[in-house]
Amino acid sequence: MSLIDVLILIAFAVTGFLLNLIPFTRKFRLNYLLIASIGIIFWLQPGLPIRGLDFWLPTATILIAALGWWLTSRAQDRDLRATLLTSLQIAAEVLIIALTRYFSSSGVITPSRPPQLYLVVILLAVSGVIFYWLSRTRETRSTFLAAAIFALIMLFVGLKLPALTQWVSSALRGLTGQSRELASALDIRWLGYSYIAFRLIHTLRDRQTGHLPAMRLDEYLVYMLFFPSFNAGPIDRAERFISQLRTAETPSPRQLEAGLSRLVVGLFKKFVLADTLALIALNGTNAYQIEGLGWYWLLLYAYSFQIFFDFSGYTDLAIGMGLLLGIRLPENFNHPYLKPNLTRFWDSWHMSLTQWFRAYFFNPVTRFLRTKARSLPAWVVILITQLATMTLIGLWHGITLNFVFWGIWHGLGLFINNRWSNATRQLAARIKARPWLDHGLTVFSTLLTFHYVALGWVWFALPDPTTSLRVFTGLLGGVGAP
Amino acid sequence: MSYRFLRNVFVKGLLLFFVFNLIWAACNGNRINQLSLYNHLLRGRERFPYGENPAQSYNLSLSDLDAMFASHVLAGTPKSSHEFRVIVIGDSSIWGTLLHPEDTLVGVLNARHLTAPDGRSMQFYNLGYPTMSLVKDLMVLDQAMQFAPDLILWSITLESFPRANQLTSPIVAQNPARVNALIDRYDLDLTPLEESTSFWQQTIVAQRRPLADWLRLQVYGVMWSATGVDQTYPDDFTPALRDLEPDLDYQGWVPPEIPSDALALDVLSAGMQMAAEVPVILVNEPMLVSEGKNSDIRYNYYYPRWVYDQYRQILGATCEAEGWTCLDLWDAVPQEFFTNSAIHRSPQGEQLFALRLIESGILP
Repeated sequence: MSLIDVLILIAFAVTGFLLNLIPFTRKFRLNYLLIASIGIIFWLQPGLPIRGLDFWLPTATILIAALGWWLTSRAQDRDLRATLLTSLQIAAEVLIIALTRYFSSSGVITPSRPPQLYLVVILLAVSGVIFYWLSRTRETRSTFLAAAIFALIMLFVGLKLPALTQWVSSALRGLTGQSRELASALDIRWLGYSYIAFRLIHTLRDRQTGHLPAMRLDEYLVYMLFFPSFNAGPIDRAERFISQLRTAETPSPRQLEAGLSRLVVGLFKKFVLADTLALIALNGTNAYQIEGLGWYWLLLYAYSFQIFFDFSGYTDLAIGMGLLLGIRLPENFNHPYLKPNLTRFWDSWHMSLTQWFRAYFFNPVTRFLRTKARSLPAWVVILITQLATMTLIGLWHGITLNFVFWGIWHGLGLFINNRWSNATRQLAARIKARPWLDHGLTVFSTLLTFHYVALGWVWFALPDPTTSLRVFTGLLGGVGAP
Repeated sequence: MSYRFLRNVFVKGLLLFFVFNLIWAACNGNRINQLSLYNHLLRGRERFPYGENPAQSYNLSLSDLDAMFASHVLAGTPKSSHEFRVIVIGDSSIWGTLLHPEDTLVGVLNARHLTAPDGRSMQFYNLGYPTMSLVKDLMVLDQAMQFAPDLILWSITLESFPRANQLTSPIVAQNPARVNALIDRYDLDLTPLEESTSFWQQTIVAQRRPLADWLRLQVYGVMWSATGVDQTYPDDFTPALRDLEPDLDYQGWVPPEIPSDALALDVLSAGMQMAAEVPVILVNEPMLVSEGKNSDIRYNYYYPRWVYDQYRQILGATCEAEGWTCLDLWDAVPQEFFTNSAIHRSPQGEQLFALRLIESGILP
């Protein structure tokens, strides 16, 4: 997102804050959040070469989210009138966005000209009928929920696997009468799908286990599409989010101060620090140009801090906007590079993602292995779960070999850290009794952890193992350096 | 905390920003551009910063001559008693479009480890800049004189001479104070540029672009130092045209004669005055002499034959009349040694150019 994009989002958040100040307009808080969030996902969707796709993908996001609500809501909690009103509101907004095709030959809100109106009307009408019919049905079966989770994961794989994405692109190009030969994996960039998939799986899974609170359609959609966190997180939990959404209090000056402070910090981190570091950060091109050991390390450090400031800057912006809108989003970073071991690093880096994986993958798999595969020694269970969890987190960033290696790097690191902590527990207790030694060791282990993480970025930042191995060789002053 | 408190914070913040701007302007804070990480923490650049694609070339175009010089290796090289310092000025062919620094004319000459008659080692510095204007060269020379050159090699071609184009290149147009001072000092036949010298123009707000450029220049210095890359080297480029249009027009001039006073020879003369005691060698640089379609009418994309022939005559006559040291190497490099323009040479072309320069015996 550009600075202008972010400033426009902040303007929406400030407008939300002002609306909340006045008792009369505060009543429309939810409507405002829904309308703004829907408009923003159309506006932020990157332009795509396949005709109409940059309109259909945000529309699909809304439809998938609505379907998620149907799957997760209990029949007795569904308020048909409220659902109808929300649906009409959404349909009207999508229709208005589609109508902008008559105002410009390019896009007004959307990145390119929206598709022909009759197609949008047909889609809305068919979706409306199906949705109305679904709303009147009884409880959804657990198998439906499981199937939906599976479908979301498959869709995710389809979007992240370049070969598959290219095939889909080719098929879509065939449908729109465009050249199939120009199909590319970059043709299908679906804004926010990674994050919306996490939120959907979270609600589907919590519905299965009976932990999900009852929500109206508009509340559920605002949770799914909340514009400050739609594109880059944090991934909030539904129950936490909804309880704050329902608390409509007059915003306080402290809330304004807290929100604006986070925004200033976020803007500085993202647009001053991260964007400056990006100019000198390690990447697939300069990996082959660097001359000298010291420069390899400098560019790697630059990347390490660039990715941190970029991501934590976006988190600050999301939290700041959330505060202005009366929603305290969860923290995502807690000084991760100052942690003395890898376990604590992962407790403080992209926290909402790691908590999600812990809740929906690591813990269930650990429980499963401990109950169903009792013959396995504890260390094997730890090794399997750490490797599997971190590899999945790697694959979430993209289905490439390098992300797999990055996941394995951290999985192994966490496993070694776990074993080391276990083996040295008594020694650690004795060291604690000597503060100077404890302090010295903390500094050393913090540096060690940081460097382990930084070296892990060599997998993450570069496109393929060959390039990564070249950089590793360069970092060691080896023959890989030109 | 109250809204009043927040309002006060906002107002005080604005006030502090305003005061800081005033202090900056009053202290002429934009002199910060003379500071540089180059030649201290970072390796000095072997040619001026210039680049259209900073993310890939680790280089950028800026108009701040102070910052450009501060980033150049010349600014960080104290002149020793053993050094015979030669500065080379000119256009993109001297700067070295598509050439690695070691393949440019300056790189090739330095690799030959030439020695001056007094035994000092000749050290060449690339002060070429990729726009064609003699006023731009004059501006560079004006700044370069502080580095005590022993010899100035000034590479020229007709495209740098048209009077009407002297002030149009961005680096010239964006330095009105320098240019106007030169016009005034040497009584050049050029219309001074509009200059804004208001106090507000010195504030951070007004200077934000030069400041941002200066900052980016420092940051890209890291990548230059780390990689030695300062331009993009595409695997493939469009070669300079060999088959030409049968067009006799040049800059709106039509045969048979170049309009009187259309060539900015007074700027060349100003350069000679500026150099004073320092010897100057004017080199009419090699260009592509096409053998393709309509090559009987034009030499290349830039020049119809009639205009270039006349230019050479005028230049030769002026050199003779003024007693300037001139070397005409216009056809010294065969057409196969040009790359994407009629004046951009390949590494082999630069080797030939350097050889002809040395063989001419014009270098001391």
